[in-house]
Amino acid sequence: MTIKVDIEFVLNGRSVVASVAADLSALTLLRDQLGLTGTKLACGEGECGACTILIDGDSVNACLAYAVDLDGRDVLSIEGLRTEDVLHDIQQAFVDHGAIQCGFCTPGMIVQAKYLIDNNPKLTLDDLKRGLEGNICRCTGYKKIFDAVADAAKAGA
Amino acid sequence: MEPIEKTTIIGKRIPKPDGPDKAIGRTTYINDMVLPMMLYGGILHAGRPHARIKSIDLSAAKALRGVHVVLSADDIPELLFGVNRDNRPLKGGKVRCVRDEVAAVAAETQAICDHALTLIKVDYEDLPAVFDPAEALKEGAPRIHDEKPDNKSLAYEFDHGDVGEAEQQSDVIIDDVFNVHYVTHCCMGTGCAIADFNADGKLTIYSQTQYPYNYKMDLAPALGVHPGDIRVIQPPVGGAFGSKLDVYPFEPVCALLAKAARRPVKLMFSREEEFINAPTRQPVRIHLRTGAKADGTLTFRDVDCLLNNGAYTSWGPTTPFVMMRTFTSHYRVPTVKCRFQSVYTNNPYAGSFRGYGNVQATYATAIHMDMLAEKLGMNLLELSLKNAQTSGEVSPQGSRLNEIAFAECLEMAAEKTNFVACAAANAKLWDTPGRIKRGIGLASSIHNAGGAKIHKSDGCGTILKLDDFARCTVITGASEIGQGIDAVIAQVVSEELGIPIADIILVNDDTAIGPWDVGVHASRTTFIAGNSAQRAAREAREQILAAAAKVSNVAADTLDLRQGWVVQESGGEPIMKLDKLLRNMHFQQEPELVMTTDYYEPPSEPENAKHVGDMSAAYSHAVHIAEIEVDTETGEIKVIRVTSVQDVGRIINELGLEAQIEGGIVMGLGYALSEELRIVDGQVTNPSFRDYKVPTAPEIPEMDLHFIETDSKTGPLGAKGIAELPTIVIAPAVANAVYNAIGIRFMDPPMTPEKVARAIWQRNTGKAAAE
Repeated sequence: MTIKVDIEFVLNGRSVVASVAADLSALTLLRDQLGLTGTKLACGEGECGACTILIDGDSVNACLAYAVDLDGRDVLSIEGLRTEDVLHDIQQAFVDHGAIQCGFCTPGMIVQAKYLIDNNPKLTLDDLKRGLEGNICRCTGYKKIFDAVADAAKAGA
Repeated sequence: MEPIEKTTIIGKRIPKPDGPDKAIGRTTYINDMVLPMMLYGGILHAGRPHARIKSIDLSAAKALRGVHVVLSADDIPELLFGVNRDNRPLKGGKVRCVRDEVAAVAAETQAICDHALTLIKVDYEDLPAVFDPAEALKEGAPRIHDEKPDNKSLAYEFDHGDVGEAEQQSDVIIDDVFNVHYVTHCCMGTGCAIADFNADGKLTIYSQTQYPYNYKMDLAPALGVHPGDIRVIQPPVGGAFGSKLDVYPFEPVCALLAKAARRPVKLMFSREEEFINAPTRQPVRIHLRTGAKADGTLTFRDVDCLLNNGAYTSWGPTTPFVMMRTFTSHYRVPTVKCRFQSVYTNNPYAGSFRGYGNVQATYATAIHMDMLAEKLGMNLLELSLKNAQTSGEVSPQGSRLNEIAFAECLEMAAEKTNFVACAAANAKLWDTPGRIKRGIGLASSIHNAGGAKIHKSDGCGTILKLDDFARCTVITGASEIGQGIDAVIAQVVSEELGIPIADIILVNDDTAIGPWDVGVHASRTTFIAGNSAQRAAREAREQILAAAAKVSNVAADTLDLRQGWVVQESGGEPIMKLDKLLRNMHFQQEPELVMTTDYYEPPSEPENAKHVGDMSAAYSHAVHIAEIEVDTETGEIKVIRVTSVQDVGRIINELGLEAQIEGGIVMGLGYALSEELRIVDGQVTNPSFRDYKVPTAPEIPEMDLHFIETDSKTGPLGAKGIAELPTIVIAPAVANAVYNAIGIRFMDPPMTPEKVARAIWQRNTGKAAAE
């Protein structure tokens, strides 16, 4: 018998209630229970950053976080960045700079970029290289991602 | 109304049209898909390299609640598939490598499926195994396939001229062995398929394949269905890089589960399964002898390659097709002898991987040029220029090297980096005190840039239509795997029809709709699909202008299409809106709907039995110069800057071009420095991103890219294919730079800190490496 726990948290600005198994990951909750598949499953063991989300503003690999631990927290996933019809500045910068190829790492990269920009108003190239270390991209060679994040940071995204 | 000036979208920086949806997390990848009634599949892999299956008990798995189907080899037809027809979806009798698929389950949830797999009991009797191809060739070696008593898989030979005579004419001969290693693609989206049979027994497979049309041909024999009864749908994929250019067992297994369950089944690898079960790059032992005259003129190459085939045959053992082209055409080589033998072992097996055999071959040829330069007392630039072909030359295998710029690439790269002086200065500092040593290295290569006629056709089809609102739908055979053909085709069509990119809709994800294409490989898609799209658009343009001429009573050749308008070619005076003209054409007494089709076949030829033939419609070169630092205490190599000069024919999308080159360089840096799938006694020992190190953000060097435009006569708007060369050229450039820094050659990548530190220690102490 699986033990279920009722949780309530804020997801992308809206209140959410869910009944989750005690061993369910935050990633599986988002993807399978809440249908938000923007957050990607690429390794499931905290090594690639494709599932990066923000919990109370902190960058977290959703595959390593328990769903029950979201109770009472404020969660941002890739789907929550865009609050108007236009893309969020970081999203637009990724598009414009050619920082997206297959795009599978993109949601995690963008959420991580938001975390870096939110927490460092003077982001240098070295800062963002270190800050993106946990996010693997196999297509772009990263350079266009650096350009996009730097540009968005400059614009004060 | 103001005149509309002629502008061009060719050469501009055009973002990928699918970018915004990917950026907001809205794109539904195959890994994200869920179909109604869908079950979840899984595979029990052997986990041992060579064993007889004594018995297999599926009963406990079948009894688990929520399990719908459990299959072993006994439940499926005994059908073979693969390049050598040596593979089966599920293995019966014995297993030949750790990957071997022994049983499969479809269940209501992934958790139930995974649990059921643990309940399958297989009783094995381990057999003697062999992992080294040289060992596998010996008398009495374990036999992998009963039908192949000598363990020999594919073999290739090529001869041009007499090596014996060429040796006589040589003042210098160098003779070395290179061992290039196992690496794997590490697509961010793990292997995944969804199979669904309809009531008539026809299969729809949602697949990550990058060659959907031949995929039907290759999948059919594994299932015993007619290839015409397979429909392939290609949802967005998380990368491919060559890994999806063949059918791998999980795909027919998924289909067999769906057939038995009579419900859709999704089968998706975990990351660990992906590392163990996805194809690798082909490892090769390359024995290379190169001869030259005292003035640096190359006299011959004599190559003997041994390929570890692994247990089954995918595309890896066919890489000699491409390696051979490198050995015969990377520089002007008058005499060439090549021997390739692929040998079955109990290792996992290789598929195709960006750059195919050229990554492996260029690692050897480009390092050998550096070694030769040193031996001859020449600088590498001088030696390279002496042997660089010029336009119009024909290689020993019949590659017609038209519109090339090899010497220009070499000269520009050397000039941008002050290569000759820097290399000479660094080389004098090997033995001086100081922990950090700087090095600079140059490498080049040649690659097909106008498709590769390895199949009977190297073509691509296009169906193009315009609607009543001047929106243009382009249905192309070419697949999108992240590389950016969506932007290139939109640009080519936009250029012909004067329609904005945003009004062009690309459809290329369904074999029931799209016209045939051979697949995304061989750097061919911009060239082949671009040509086809351009021809289809030109035909539509002619129809539109003819109609416009009739309506406006002016000659068609004085008209042009710009920004959704028909205009006067000279002066740009607007005549009528394109959408209005299209409606006029459509809704009249004799209606005309603008729809065109094209099938483009490049003017290349397949190789004959002696491996001679001009197999690509264009060729191109790239030169990379790597500037590095070696920490002689830790063995760590830091790549500071990569300067790349590439002949790209003509730039179509500068943004996409840069992105492909940067991505290719970084993938090649992984090959050179950190990536290795470590296979010990047939077991993959590092199946995670923790232990298999792909390049990450902090290691990324400055990349300085330069393009040379040669205007290929056959390419769309002069363009050539560009995507593989960067991955091919960078690793030997780094290896040559490491030699320049510390005076040690690495014939066996990757140059990991451990390996480099050990080699330095060994050199300094004169001791053999301590394992």
